[in-house]
Amino acid sequence: MSDDIVIDVRGLTKSFGDRKVVDDFDLKVPRGAIYGFLGPNGSGKTTTIRMVCGLLKPESGAGEVLGFDVLTESPRIKERVGYMTQKFSLYEDLSIRENLEFIARLYGLDRRAERVDQALVDLGLAERQGQLAGKLSGGWKQRLALAACMIHEPELLLLDEPTAGVDPKARRDFWDQIRRYSAQGVTTLVSTHYMDEAVQCDSIAYIAYGKKLIDSPTADIPSRIGLSCWRIAGRPLMQAQELLEQSKGVDLVARFGAEMHACGKDAAALERAVRAVKQAQPHVDIERIEAGFEEIFIYLMSGSIDNFQ
Amino acid sequence: MSESRPRTAGLKLPSFLELSWSRVFAVFLKELVQMRRDRPTFAIMIMMPIMQLLLFGYAINTDPRHLPAVVELREDGPMTRAFLASLHASTYIDIVAIARGPDEAEAMLRSGEATFLISIPQGFERRLVRGERPQLLIAADASDPVAAGGVIGAVERIAQSAFAPEFQGALSYLARPPPPYEIVVHRRYNPAGVSAFNIVPALLGVILTMTMVMITSIALTRESERGTMETLLATPISPLEVMIGKTTPYIGVGAIQVAIVLVAAALLFRIPFAGSFLAFLVAVTLFIFANLMLGYLISTAARTQLQAMQMTFFIFLPSILLSGFMFPFRAMPDWAQAIGTALPITHFLRIVREIMLKGAGFADIVGDLLPLTVILLTLATLALLRFRRTLD
Ligand SMILES: Nc1ncnc2c1ncn2[C@@H]1O[C@H](COP(=O)(O)OP(=O)(O)OP(=O)(O)O)[C@@H](O)[C@H]1O
Ligand SMILES: [Mg+2]
Repeated sequence: MSDDIVIDVRGLTKSFGDRKVVDDFDLKVPRGAIYGFLGPNGSGKTTTIRMVCGLLKPESGAGEVLGFDVLTESPRIKERVGYMTQKFSLYEDLSIRENLEFIARLYGLDRRAERVDQALVDLGLAERQGQLAGKLSGGWKQRLALAACMIHEPELLLLDEPTAGVDPKARRDFWDQIRRYSAQGVTTLVSTHYMDEAVQCDSIAYIAYGKKLIDSPTADIPSRIGLSCWRIAGRPLMQAQELLEQSKGVDLVARFGAEMHACGKDAAALERAVRAVKQAQPHVDIERIEAGFEEIFIYLMSGSIDNFQ
Repeated sequence: MSESRPRTAGLKLPSFLELSWSRVFAVFLKELVQMRRDRPTFAIMIMMPIMQLLLFGYAINTDPRHLPAVVELREDGPMTRAFLASLHASTYIDIVAIARGPDEAEAMLRSGEATFLISIPQGFERRLVRGERPQLLIAADASDPVAAGGVIGAVERIAQSAFAPEFQGALSYLARPPPPYEIVVHRRYNPAGVSAFNIVPALLGVILTMTMVMITSIALTRESERGTMETLLATPISPLEVMIGKTTPYIGVGAIQVAIVLVAAALLFRIPFAGSFLAFLVAVTLFIFANLMLGYLISTAARTQLQAMQMTFFIFLPSILLSGFMFPFRAMPDWAQAIGTALPITHFLRIVREIMLKGAGFADIVGDLLPLTVILLTLATLALLRFRRTLD
């Protein structure tokens, strides 16, 4: 096994009851990479991340994380991994500082007070360190959890929707920090539903119904999906939308504020459909555009998953 | 495989027995802070012994009066009449009937019409004068042990003062102790006659069982229900570290409860502490640990706090009924004794009564310290094996 592959899992499978929630999942994440983990709700992202850090036992499959066996050496893995849970799971009846100190003690960190102080300053919570964690707003809880999972300087970050509910400025700061870590060789596997975050990842693994459908460098994804796209703007948009939704060749119609994007795999059929709408509604403007990640993933998540790979 | 990183150095323990005191201390501190913040629970743990002592103490202190008694009279002489007159005058008992035969008297005792049967046998006076020490029989319904204890004492005093004026002149030789008659007490329905002295030390066992088991039974379920278990399990903490860190803070609570009960026993109830205090400390520490492990084991099995509470009550019932607290242990059927023997409180009750009331030392309580230790180790092992290191 190469030392530069931080996550190397093969065939991970997990069922709850008789439902296969993660099915034969492979993943290879190189050191220092920022790996995005995308998929619709309930597709098995959290379950997969939990298996990677040893919180759930896969019923089959094998693998190594940071060179340690996921099945037998999970305590060693946990020492070196920072895992941020999707749901806030620090102690609401402990203060901000007490939470950080608790985590720092669990990892047996030296210079504990210093590290906690630093984390509090970085967070901008130094003045409020005595406040109970449960009294924080949702976004601040999220930021505290993030600080807590990084306090022991892990080699691998497993972040489950770390920025859900976090304001844009804090999200930007967060991604800057992830990129700094990445430059230092820290690896990140991050699940998200935000497309502006997806594009910041080096690679993306896309999972649906427990099966990994896409795993490729982020830049290659548009060409791999091969989605054509048109922008339609002007009035009356509602009628245009209804027309489009009934047309052949239009796989996806998505509103973006005052405009609308119509996308499809069959570029020729899509163009015919869009031009027909222009004819019926001469006041709308049409324009061919590049398919963005938003359209691509809405397209993927709307169930049109049959005809690739 | 990379060789750059050293694996676990030194002795290779099974990973669930890994022990880092830093991690234990982390959990210990966290529990202390949480306990301090959870004021109501903390207050209950301190108030519980006080409340129970007061409740039972009130019952113990009541000076029972006007208890219905039936007198079975088979003799009719001056001394008997004097005794009967004193009984009538006493406020302790109300004579509800004078029975002429044993069957009638027994029936009244059984039906509860009378709580006492005082029986003066035929030829009592004649044998008394001859110095044959005839028996004066008291049969008490001891299902209320406190009442029974009080009245038996009262009857002894009444007999003494009623006969004293009779033992004069020619009979003055009867006035020398011991009394020329023998009072024989038959405790019905509660032969061991749990007395006030018995109750307070035993109460210590009940209080510790209730609070220690209850508080640790939610140790893990609370973490699971609040979702904090995921944080805890994502760190390298081992089951042994969680167990020690989560149970030891409550030893302090147990110590406070022990202190409260001991002080109350000495000041309020004037119960002497007859035996070895060191032996007591060792026993009570073992007992507290055993209860903490029992609660913790429940916590590894329960999925919700409600379930944990239900299981805790499932432990309380036999702890009170089958331990010798409520009913005399030896009088119970074998199966009940078997269950009782498996409970920590059964052994503790014996130990604490031996030490406090009978003045026992280490040598006398080994027979119960040993099983207590075995129970403790068994519970701890089971809890460690049951601890789920994953969220499955
Ligand atoms: N402990 C569990 N017991 C039973 N079913 C579970 C459990 N955990 C997850 N599931 C099921 O497994 C499926 C995958 O859940 P998972 O949380 O991994 O999805 P996800 O991709 O993280 O979704 P989301 O984007 O909403 O966070 C869901 O259908 C969920 O209901
Ligand atoms: Mg999830």
